[in-house]
Amino acid sequence: MTADPRAPAAARNLDLDRLLAHHKLMWRIRAFEEAALRANTEKLVLGAIHPSIGQEGIAVGVCSNLRTDDILASTHRGHGHTLAKGANPTAMMRELLGREGGTSHGKGGSMHIADFSVGMLGANGVVAANIHITAGAAHAIKLRGEDRVACSIFGDGAINRGPFLEGLNWAKVFELPALFVCEDNGYASTTRTADMTAGKGPAARAEAIGLPAMEVDGNDVVALDEAVRDAVAAIRAGGGPRFINAKTYRLTGHTAADPDGYRARDDVAAAWKRCPITRLAQALADAGVRGDQLAAHERDAIEEMDAVYDDAKAAPWPPLDRAFADVQDIGDPRKDAY
Amino acid sequence: MVTMTYGEAAKNALHEEMQRDPTVWALGEDLRRGGVFGQYKGLPELYGPDRISDAPISEAAIMGVAVGAALSGTRPVVEMRFADFALCAVDELVNQAAKARYMFGGQAKVPIVVREPMGMWRSSAAQHSQSLESWYTHIPGLVVVCPSSPVDNYGLLKSAIRCDDPVVYMEHKNLWALEGEVDNNDPLPLGRCRFLRKGEDITLVSWSATVHEAMAAAETLTGEGASVEVIDLRTLWPWDKERVFDSVKKTGRLIVAHESVQAGGFGAEIAATVSDVLFGDLKAPVKRLGAPRVPIAYAPPLEDTVRVTAVMIAECARALMKE
Ligand SMILES: Cc1ncc(C[n+]2csc(CCOP(=O)(O)OP(=O)(O)O)c2C)c(N)n1
Ligand SMILES: [Mg+2]
Repeated sequence: MTADPRAPAAARNLDLDRLLAHHKLMWRIRAFEEAALRANTEKLVLGAIHPSIGQEGIAVGVCSNLRTDDILASTHRGHGHTLAKGANPTAMMRELLGREGGTSHGKGGSMHIADFSVGMLGANGVVAANIHITAGAAHAIKLRGEDRVACSIFGDGAINRGPFLEGLNWAKVFELPALFVCEDNGYASTTRTADMTAGKGPAARAEAIGLPAMEVDGNDVVALDEAVRDAVAAIRAGGGPRFINAKTYRLTGHTAADPDGYRARDDVAAAWKRCPITRLAQALADAGVRGDQLAAHERDAIEEMDAVYDDAKAAPWPPLDRAFADVQDIGDPRKDAY
Repeated sequence: MVTMTYGEAAKNALHEEMQRDPTVWALGEDLRRGGVFGQYKGLPELYGPDRISDAPISEAAIMGVAVGAALSGTRPVVEMRFADFALCAVDELVNQAAKARYMFGGQAKVPIVVREPMGMWRSSAAQHSQSLESWYTHIPGLVVVCPSSPVDNYGLLKSAIRCDDPVVYMEHKNLWALEGEVDNNDPLPLGRCRFLRKGEDITLVSWSATVHEAMAAAETLTGEGASVEVIDLRTLWPWDKERVFDSVKKTGRLIVAHESVQAGGFGAEIAATVSDVLFGDLKAPVKRLGAPRVPIAYAPPLEDTVRVTAVMIAECARALMKE
């Protein structure tokens, strides 16, 4: 059963290999986004990017409990989810830079990164839209009699859009194999979510619709890993949809361009101390893992993502006829776009 | 050759496609009762609740679930009940269904059919009568189909289900009981118009229920000695430009008639394109006949003030043929 998430990680029975892999993956996400931020500063990323720095624990805690053939539908803040689901960072970075060889051939950018080959059905530019898509994927899984699970990760702002009610109700009515994870970072863009949300919050709402719901510290990867593992097992066994509210904090602005003037610097500084990577590193160190091993994860990740960025910078623009491809079969604009 | 109603034609088409392809399923409110217009009648008995599925009154979820399920290897047929209610699901249709293939760089397609019963149906008033087909023609990624007869509802629904694109499929509520002969078992091609009448003096282009007004007008005009060509566009996007052009090259005169609001209606697109491409062939200005830009009223006499009728079409044609 789930260990008491309030117990210090070191006191729990840790699977060190698994947690080392988590640590490594979190660093890869962090380094990818640091490189993306650099690309933004260097004006090579032109559209908006939404970094998930500080929220890597959720991407890793959730996706490491999903199989490659399980489905994930993500949000605007989806780089970490996508990497954790197994997408290739080279293709992702090329997509951010709008280059040939990007996941969407440069036609989607950061907010439409997708990799169907690893079950990643796309980031989404419309808040909460991924909830319905997840319910639909789960519905198809059920119709086809498969043992896969569909998962969506969305923000705490998304619970005020209709799909939260409609999609969760749908998943429960049809007892679908769906996991809904709310990345509760306390903010929706520049607005404190609590100021615009009535009632007791995401988990209480999910519970009211009949989904077993759980509150987890999303910055404690160990706790989240266990919670998701149990939830996914129950869902895969036919237990119907479940909900996890994962508390976290976004350590950067809402977008790379956001000066973040609405949060006290002290709050942000304090939140850095709760960074999920630091916390896991501490737990691993407490469990006897050597510091140089942990440092190597960071170094390797930065090296990998620097190379990924260099590759993307050198990649060509997509050929112009790509703009007219992949629209529709009937009425294909390559024959007549007017 | 079998006689069936417009509603039965669609039901038979769906039945045959469900038999042919086990990934086809339908979802919508009250489908297990045969659908609110009886257009699914009999299918719940043939197929279990998985394949003819009821749904909560959650239009956005119905559409969004269909998108997710289409991205995951099934072919959903979405029932929106009234085209008006599909407006609750515009994000899912326009931002998701129509965009997924493109913005994900062709990694997946969204093979859904969105059935949106449209149009005036005596005293249904402002929120149950609209014809919004032109909105969807504006959205890259969507195919838009408006059948006017049983034979077309049969053949075009089959094609729509087999098509890998999202298809907005708008059946006219006033046509459900219309009987006609269905003389084929095959799908009919999307993007092809149908010539209902051949003629030399003027071309009438229309779709959906207004096709029947155009045909009645043609009958009257023929009695007066005119030779009228009537084209049922059937698919609005992509529209069958070449055949419409051929017709107008021959007649030199064109009226586009539709039930929807004239301003910004699809008739404007056809009129502008024909005027542009065939300017030198035209004997008269291209005319549009659509509804005035007012909501649809409840009281029958008020409701009738927005109708495009055979009388209006005939009158307009007579004026054009004087030029
Ligand atoms: C339907 C819709 N409304 C508004 C926006 C603009 N927008 C983008 S992200 C965002 C905040 C979302 O907050 P939350 O769901 O908590 O996710 P977070 O950004 O915190 O990860 C908003 C309002 C949008 N993309 N979609
Ligand atoms: Mg948030």
